[in-house]
Amino acid sequence: MADKKLTVAKTGNEAMAEAMRQINPDVVAAYPITPATEIAQIFAGFVADGLVDTEFVTVESEHSAMSATIGAAAAGGRCMTATSSQGLMLMAEMLPIASSLRLPIVMPEVNRTISAPINIHCDHSDTMFVRDSGWMQVYCEDAQEAYDSILMGIKIAEKISLPMMVSTDGFIISHCMANIDLIPDEDVKEYIGKYNPKTWLLNPEKKITVGCLDLQDYYFEHKMVAIDAMRRAKGVIKECCKEFGARFGREYSFFDTYKIEDADIAILAMGSLTGTAKVAVDNMRRAGKKVGLIKMRVFRPFPADELARVVSGLKALAIMDRSDAMSGLEGPLAVETKAALYNNDTKPKIHSYVYGLGGRDVQISELESIYNDMDDLSRAKKKFDENVTYLGVRE
Amino acid sequence: MEKRKLGWKELPDADSIEAGTSAEFKTGDWRSQRPVFHKENCIHCLTCWVVCPDAAIIVEDGKVTGYDYDHCKGCGICANECPVNKGKGKDDVSKRPIIMEDEKKFQK
Repeated sequence: MADKKLTVAKTGNEAMAEAMRQINPDVVAAYPITPATEIAQIFAGFVADGLVDTEFVTVESEHSAMSATIGAAAAGGRCMTATSSQGLMLMAEMLPIASSLRLPIVMPEVNRTISAPINIHCDHSDTMFVRDSGWMQVYCEDAQEAYDSILMGIKIAEKISLPMMVSTDGFIISHCMANIDLIPDEDVKEYIGKYNPKTWLLNPEKKITVGCLDLQDYYFEHKMVAIDAMRRAKGVIKECCKEFGARFGREYSFFDTYKIEDADIAILAMGSLTGTAKVAVDNMRRAGKKVGLIKMRVFRPFPADELARVVSGLKALAIMDRSDAMSGLEGPLAVETKAALYNNDTKPKIHSYVYGLGGRDVQISELESIYNDMDDLSRAKKKFDENVTYLGVRE
Repeated sequence: MEKRKLGWKELPDADSIEAGTSAEFKTGDWRSQRPVFHKENCIHCLTCWVVCPDAAIIVEDGKVTGYDYDHCKGCGICANECPVNKGKGKDDVSKRPIIMEDEKKFQK
């Protein structure tokens, strides 16, 4: 492997488009939306240049993009699309259809906030809006992770027959250039293999009905099959991450941890913030503070037991949400992490933060002060009036 | 006897069902109007067979023989589109091949 290593400079969007080129899907149906436009645009270039065999469908909306992708996937193809923000909103009606029809569509998604007010920059409101659509969700820290996650996603999705969205933070990852290691084309081809759907519409040997009417007497049972698939997806993700690590030397999991082993205090976060947080951890460590970081990668299926195990020994935990569900509670990562910990005998003190809405930057110093606040919280030197703090919002 | 209903573990892993199951789903009892066939007036143009949304027109050897009342929902499209009903039968009901009647009359 080492002699074939190819290090190149790519933006997040370029990296995801490159992964799509190597996957060479049967069908890609896509509609442009900032900041995900480039993914389909670059891929369309690959189609025009004859670098892929893909049937590229230029559709009139994201609803149609997802519908065409679903149709092509039901017909037995390996199918992809890409979107962001309002585009994902427009796809929303079709997303649970893809998952409950058990179609292994892999979709690069670039996190951008949702309207109103209109804003093109990053937060996780878009993917969090569809977190209950039955799609697996992976949040990436950088372009390398996005590239690897798309490739792994094909394997995972096809094994468990569920769709997956792999997201990067809009502009922060999607448009910033970083060095990434590419896997040679032939190795990707060998790794993902040929897609063999269990059933498909264009198979005259075994005729099937897809998406038929299903009322009181069977809907629950059919839904249960899909629910069970999402529960089993954890095992498949674990196995596929291991295999990817063994093959290509980069091993992932539901979450990555940084200096967590002896930590008393930790931050739990997703996406590009985790890169910033690592610098804050290093600074705090130099000052003698036992702090660490948990970078959540896989939000769906939610790795509740695994997460509970990692955080149960901590004294205090700050949970960082880059979206607010407007639920009157806290952000979704905080709510679900707390639910995961409810039955644990030992759990850390928790305070959650909603940060960076609409693309607002978070500074290293802000994270350091969160670590200090958590330290005080753990020693009962600090009390919060509310369970959640809206980081840096002007009053 | 009613067929035993399957549990979720017995269902196929991905959501697909064998083709043609709508034949087992008897939708005829949704009907409030029933098309009654008068063979002697029919010219077997098969317009009704083309337009029926439920494939409930029974045709044998190119000739209409009657209706599949297990699946006919009584929408009346056949009677509405029948060229004889619209032509000769327009003013003379006795010339019509398809006459819509109240379903209640046929229930025991």
